[in-house]
Amino acid sequence: MKHQPDMKTLLHWHEQMWTIRYFEDNAISSFRKGHFTGSTHPCIGQEAIAVGAGAALKPTDQVLATYRGHGHALARGLDPKRLMAELLCKETGCSGGRGGSMHLCDVSKDFWGTNAVVAAHIPIAGGVALSNKLKKNGRVTAVFFGDGATCEGAFFETLNMATLWKVPLVFVCENNGFAISVPTHMAIPIENIAQRAQGFGLPGVTVDGNDPRHVHEAVSAAAEHARRGGGPTLVECKTTRWERHSAISAGKYENEDEAMKWKKVDPIPRFEKFLKDHGVKAAKLDEQRERAKKLNDEALEFAMKSDHPKTETAGDFVFA
Amino acid sequence: MSTRQLSMAEAINEAIRHEMRRDPNIILLGQDIGNYGGTFGVYKGLFDEFGPERVRDGPLCEAATAGFGVGLAISGMPTIVEIEFMDFMTLASDAMCNQAAKMRYFFGGQVKVPMIIRTPIVNRLGLGAQHSQSLEAWMMHIPGLRVIIPSNAADAKGLLLTAIREGNPTVFVEHVRLYPSKSPVDDADTPIPLGKLRVAREGKDVTIATYSGMVKPSLDAAINLANDGIECEVLDLRTLAPLDREGICASVKKTGRLVVAHEAVKTAGAGAEIAQTAMEGAFDYLQAPILRVASKDLPIPTGKLQDLVYPNSADVETAVRKVME
Repeated sequence: MKHQPDMKTLLHWHEQMWTIRYFEDNAISSFRKGHFTGSTHPCIGQEAIAVGAGAALKPTDQVLATYRGHGHALARGLDPKRLMAELLCKETGCSGGRGGSMHLCDVSKDFWGTNAVVAAHIPIAGGVALSNKLKKNGRVTAVFFGDGATCEGAFFETLNMATLWKVPLVFVCENNGFAISVPTHMAIPIENIAQRAQGFGLPGVTVDGNDPRHVHEAVSAAAEHARRGGGPTLVECKTTRWERHSAISAGKYENEDEAMKWKKVDPIPRFEKFLKDHGVKAAKLDEQRERAKKLNDEALEFAMKSDHPKTETAGDFVFA
Repeated sequence: MSTRQLSMAEAINEAIRHEMRRDPNIILLGQDIGNYGGTFGVYKGLFDEFGPERVRDGPLCEAATAGFGVGLAISGMPTIVEIEFMDFMTLASDAMCNQAAKMRYFFGGQVKVPMIIRTPIVNRLGLGAQHSQSLEAWMMHIPGLRVIIPSNAADAKGLLLTAIREGNPTVFVEHVRLYPSKSPVDDADTPIPLGKLRVAREGKDVTIATYSGMVKPSLDAAINLANDGIECEVLDLRTLAPLDREGICASVKKTGRLVVAHEAVKTAGAGAEIAQTAMEGAFDYLQAPILRVASKDLPIPTGKLQDLVYPNSADVETAVRKVME
């Protein structure tokens, strides 16, 4: 691989993946206990993409993601306390408690939000990337979306327009095999979504999305290509969603074994094996995991203790 | 203050040119907006002055064009998107209605979305069901959107200046029949506040609340009615969101009668909201039921049949005589 992070960075990734995993565990359990309503869309099993891709970006780059975006927000460095408070719709939440699980945002971190309409944020990311190009500020925009989004018109229109205008954009597709219940083979007639890129004139690559090093490698190359003025790249990361679509989704998969085949390749123990093979002691990994758990337990406690937004603020923020 | 006779198209052009000179971040997106000057020529000369980076002709993809507009807008580049016919708002509506209108709210005020969609009503030209609609009521129904719908050049310029400077998601509804109509426009930079109707004609007997393409037919009706001693007060609402509810009610309290006129189809049109505004705010003053003059609830046909669908000056006159009975 061209991009070889040092051990300190790799260990940070390890802790980030556990941070996301524990955050999602707490999100699901909090939802099931009735601490918040609506829904929540966990990314358990997909942590390596948020972490590997996130590490390929500069702090001044911009990220836009989907409702399955807690991991991207955490990888971007958003405060778990304010994220969990947002899930619980509290006034201390990153969006002031009126966005909830699907509308996380922290402009100070150039995290331009998660979006709840499938693929609708992709052209918006195109516009953000176009602003970079017009301002000549050297920034790159990364947009995350699932396999389902790649069947939407907004995705195809943006592939065309972003490539035509050579905007500094990285398309990161998290192909987790399902759009709610419909498997990709019933929605997409080709093996790899990255093949879509060919017809639009941009590079497309498919990587193992359960290994942060592979994701990092591909997204780094794509970001550099974009920064050099080469335009967008489509990076497809193959992965698996362990949970159902959302915390309120019911229903069975047609073939449970098939649906969960990638669960056997849990990105976290796999990465831990890699680290151990490179001399990291198990105790160090345990210590990181414990720290990630503590961070999230504190975040949940903070969220639980926070107040709901005051009723008189319900009309705030409609217009500038 | 000096004025010049400008067409509505020229006035819109002038407002945009003025603001693009003032703010180098303003971007125009759309199709056929470059050298071609816009489908109806509103952007004449802008491409030459501001160049292809700022006057961006793009591929035919309204959803992505509007989505890119939202992305530019939240990045501090106010964007004006031209949607060639109002009928095609359907294609751009997710970006406008689900994204631009709500983003500032659901992100707790962290973003500003200075994005305007300019789009014309293109009716009475025989273009049929997919090129002739007035869909402003759809847009009024979305909290978070401004809906501006001027009837003349001066208002178009002043309201557009306000919309650009205010920096909120705005649907700016133009009208193909009004593009060439000339009226005196201030040379000065005179923004017009949103949510303030204009009394186009004063009268004591009946209020006609209208906007856009029905202002002129309503004024024509008022002239005929005045010959018979019926004095109409014609309100040009100018913006539907915000709606000048106080102004509507003040006039109805004075006249005691209300006719609402618009070219959109009747059912669930803006007229229903305007009528109910008077019911809630001026019921005790009403001396007759409120009547609506609107297009028939049909897809717009082509050819001679279209004349049966659209309302005209005579329809307004008939409605006024009815509320005077």
